[in-house]
Amino acid sequence: MDTIMNLLWIALKILAIVLPLTISVAYLTLAERKVIAYMHSRIGPNRVGFLGLLQPFADVLKLLLKEMVIPSQSNRYLFLAAPVLVLAPALAAWAVIPFSKGLVLANINAGLLYIFMMSSLSVYGVLIAGWASNSKYAMLGALRAAAQTVSYEIAMGFAFVGVLLAAGSMNLQTIVLAQSGNILHWYFLPLLPLFFVYWISGVAETNRHPFDMVEGESEIVAGFHVEYAGAGFALFFLAEYANMILISAVASLLFLGGWLSPFEGIPLLENVFAFVPGLVWFVLKMGFFLFLYIWLRATFPRYRYDQVMRLGWKVLIPITLIWIVVVSFAVKFNIGPWFNQAGV
Amino acid sequence: MTDRLKRFLESLLLLELFRGLWLTGKYFFKKKITVQFPEEKTPTSPRFRGLHALRRYSNGEERCIACKLCEVVCPALAITIESAPRTDGTRRTTKYEIDLFKCIYCGFCEESCPVDSIVETSEMHYHFEKRGEEIMTKEKLLAIGDKYESKIAAARAADAFYR
Ligand code: SF4
Ligand code: SF4
Repeated sequence: MDTIMNLLWIALKILAIVLPLTISVAYLTLAERKVIAYMHSRIGPNRVGFLGLLQPFADVLKLLLKEMVIPSQSNRYLFLAAPVLVLAPALAAWAVIPFSKGLVLANINAGLLYIFMMSSLSVYGVLIAGWASNSKYAMLGALRAAAQTVSYEIAMGFAFVGVLLAAGSMNLQTIVLAQSGNILHWYFLPLLPLFFVYWISGVAETNRHPFDMVEGESEIVAGFHVEYAGAGFALFFLAEYANMILISAVASLLFLGGWLSPFEGIPLLENVFAFVPGLVWFVLKMGFFLFLYIWLRATFPRYRYDQVMRLGWKVLIPITLIWIVVVSFAVKFNIGPWFNQAGV
Repeated sequence: MTDRLKRFLESLLLLELFRGLWLTGKYFFKKKITVQFPEEKTPTSPRFRGLHALRRYSNGEERCIACKLCEVVCPALAITIESAPRTDGTRRTTKYEIDLFKCIYCGFCEESCPVDSIVETSEMHYHFEKRGEEIMTKEKLLAIGDKYESKIAAARAADAFYR
């Protein structure tokens, strides 16, 4: 009986995470179209519902009502399993994200590793999708996805190592708490290069512009999901945006102090803003990163494929290596102003 | 050497990328130029070449004298004309058809017409639902002319100085 209640409770908690997440994905698509439109001096979708607020639902409905075409030469089962394999890790990673102090589904000690694993796992779904479609464009997209993810994972992993060294823990809550004090204690300052490297490889990991080699409409049509229509395509879309939100969440946890208030440690403002729950700060920080995602997309053209590889291997990885050495020294010899107490 | 160092630092510090972001960021707050179509419309020139029409004189007589200049000049061979004398002895078209699928809306027919009979109106919102509807017969063209005569006349008057 107890275990059943426990399981139910967990299922409820999962629902409480996944449902808002799905809705945010829906509205992220709208926000993306709106923001990009604004940067083009357009006004974007504004017809469906008030200010176009029902547009995402219209889009979802349209996708779900469409026929799902399965290419005759494809590998049926893998073809159908691929979208799920992409989406599942994108959602599963949310289990360890602490939304506020104590507000986390699974407070595991290797949280960072778990996230790292989950965010790289979804590339298998992409690979399978590309292979199972039995189409040359899908295959090329999948190959690109594999190469790109493998390259950028290294840089991302090293960026994580920097955070690990600084915080002395892989538990995401501990990492956030290690940044408490005031806004200057957040890791984006002492780990600035790693912050940038993490963000760039995060954009590359989610295959977003300007690193959307995997889709590359003008080169390989739509890459790995070229053969998908209707619900399958919707799942890929959902996964892509869920991953974006995930990367933004991790970025705010690791570098912008998660749920910590930016006014912490400032005498007067701290008390004024004390009533704001941590969750709000966390969501605001995520919103900032998501806006950045869209902003990048509106600004930069797609990289050439070899340049993406060059950037990953010859620029980002050396930078992270150098900065890891710097951070290690700072931590080891307690060099201030950030690393002068043991363990912080 | 210093040049290369400068370039290296510029790309390492992502300066150009920040400049790009700054530019798009500025446009984010700029005035939007969207024309909200069904409610708002972009202005059209009096020379706009839209749907065709055959005009009449103010006494109701059709202008066309079946000279077939438009048929000859049409680069898309979209116009088909057959003519015969009418009971009062004047030369008139018995068949005047424009195939709108062939038409490239070049406006040559309008330019060539000696009596300002075939014209292109500023009407651009029309559609066909069945095969064959794209053939504009004489009746249809005259009806369009009747419907839009005031607009057509105004457009001709506005452009008269340049002709
Ligand atoms: S607009 Fe040009 S193509 Fe069309 S009917 Fe007139 S002459 Fe022919
Ligand atoms: S429409 Fe004009 S150019 Fe064409 S046959 Fe009639 S009079 Fe001649």
